[in-house]
Amino acid sequence: MKFNGSVVKAEKLAEDIYFLRLKSGIIPEKAVPGQFVNIRCCNGLDAYLRRPISILRTNTLESTFDIVYMIRGKGTRLLSCFECGDTVDCVGPLGKGFTLPENGEKICVIGGGIGIFPLLFLLERSVEVEKTAFLGFRTKDLMVLQEDFQKVTDRLVISTDDGSFGQKGLITKPFLEYLENEKPDRVYTCGPVPMMKTVAEACTEKGIFCEVSMEQRMGCGIGACLVCACKVRNNDDYEYERICRDGPVFNAGKIMFDI
Amino acid sequence: MDLSVNIAGLKLKNPIIAASGTFGFGREFSEFFDLSMLGGISVKGLTLSPRKGNAPPRIAETPAGILNSVGLQNPGVDAFIRDEIPFLKSFDTCIIANIAGNTVEDYCRIAEILSDADIDAIELNVSCPNVKEGCLMFGSTAEGISKVTSAVRKVCKKPLIVKLSPNVTDIAEMARAAEGSGADCVSLINTILGMAIDINSRKPILGNIMGGLSGPAVKPVAVRMVYQVSKAVKIPVIGMGGISGAEDAVEFLLAGASAVMIGTAGFVNPYVWIETAEGIKQYMEKHGFERVSDITGALLD
Repeated sequence: MKFNGSVVKAEKLAEDIYFLRLKSGIIPEKAVPGQFVNIRCCNGLDAYLRRPISILRTNTLESTFDIVYMIRGKGTRLLSCFECGDTVDCVGPLGKGFTLPENGEKICVIGGGIGIFPLLFLLERSVEVEKTAFLGFRTKDLMVLQEDFQKVTDRLVISTDDGSFGQKGLITKPFLEYLENEKPDRVYTCGPVPMMKTVAEACTEKGIFCEVSMEQRMGCGIGACLVCACKVRNNDDYEYERICRDGPVFNAGKIMFDI
Repeated sequence: MDLSVNIAGLKLKNPIIAASGTFGFGREFSEFFDLSMLGGISVKGLTLSPRKGNAPPRIAETPAGILNSVGLQNPGVDAFIRDEIPFLKSFDTCIIANIAGNTVEDYCRIAEILSDADIDAIELNVSCPNVKEGCLMFGSTAEGISKVTSAVRKVCKKPLIVKLSPNVTDIAEMARAAEGSGADCVSLINTILGMAIDINSRKPILGNIMGGLSGPAVKPVAVRMVYQVSKAVKIPVIGMGGISGAEDAVEFLLAGASAVMIGTAGFVNPYVWIETAEGIKQYMEKHGFERVSDITGALLD
């Protein structure tokens, strides 16, 4: 679905990390956690392609949805210039989202850096479940939405690579320690590939349901152009699936991490 | 006002065709508009056996365009006939099967198989820059084009379109080779071989190092080549390369194209094909053209 969303809130959360709240009936009505919107960052020929950005949360009563993104190039830099009242050309919701947990289950999310955002949407939508979140950041200054995560989790563990906040080191360390004593029903992860690989392998080994949200440079965003390829197992061989259409959320066991 | 065109025995309801490789088999874009509104669809390039395609990343954005290195990922011709033709036939539009091969025998075998299938035309892809064997190897010389075109012509019972590569020294010579070997029509341009580098990692952005450039950036090159080719051959020409609206499409028609293909712009605007057809109608009204075919080659000196 192609639509115009108008900006009702624009905020800088940290260095190069921006928040946008857009007015739109379509996304709150249709989107599920893990899905994304494909956004035009300018009307000209520069930064020509749309940028896929995952949905942070939706608000049905207000008919709004939120996104958070990091400036990583021309497109996202242009996007950071949008102000209240501006119109944003979007296509969405797109992609396959997370499998939601069932009542009474115990879930765990592991997010790294800008990979944490779709996980907040998942936690907010997951009700009557026990929720643990592990979030890793490079440094304290890049840590965002901590309070939002606090509100929707029973337990929140934060780490920074440099030890400026929470535990020092990679977030996979406290997660693996947690996994030694606990057995969550479902694990969800989004972030740097080495992190997701560690999480996926640990869960596969223990037979725990695990979903990963993958990222790749996209073209059309709807599944027609086959550029956002993700290597997945196909019996003893491999094949490429489309991150925009078959994903971005995949069952962890089928992904072949090429690192 | 008459938007229909007849090319190579094909009757298109309008001159707008979805370009191969950007439109899959139509399923995804059918969620945005009725595919019957298109003059035709050139489907994702088909090979004899399924192909996995190249390692990612397969796309790099460049000024006013993109580089891609998909590498002909497709389910193979048999799966296309079994799984995709029935879906495509539920729409009233021409189906063009784009085919690619490693050898002349591959091309002939696919053309033979498709000659008995419910499609309207075959587009010979001798211009994909993203595969190691075949394809562009044939399309980069007049001899190569003649060899594959004449061999396919013998077994192909459908109208035969040859899709030309811009990665040649003299595009007119390539078009003449296709015409002389029995092609009913030529389409051009396929993508221009290009490259982009990430200066921080000092690595090529594309997994396959090089890729094909498309999008608005290539349009002037494409218009020039369509102009040269339509002067050089008598068979109809389908123009493409960077079209993102009616103004661009009319440029190609004036340069000598009988129909146009649109691809990359659909990634940005999923309605580009429909809007372009509508815009051509407005252009015809404004400039007093009764038939869209009257625009073809109506360039003034």
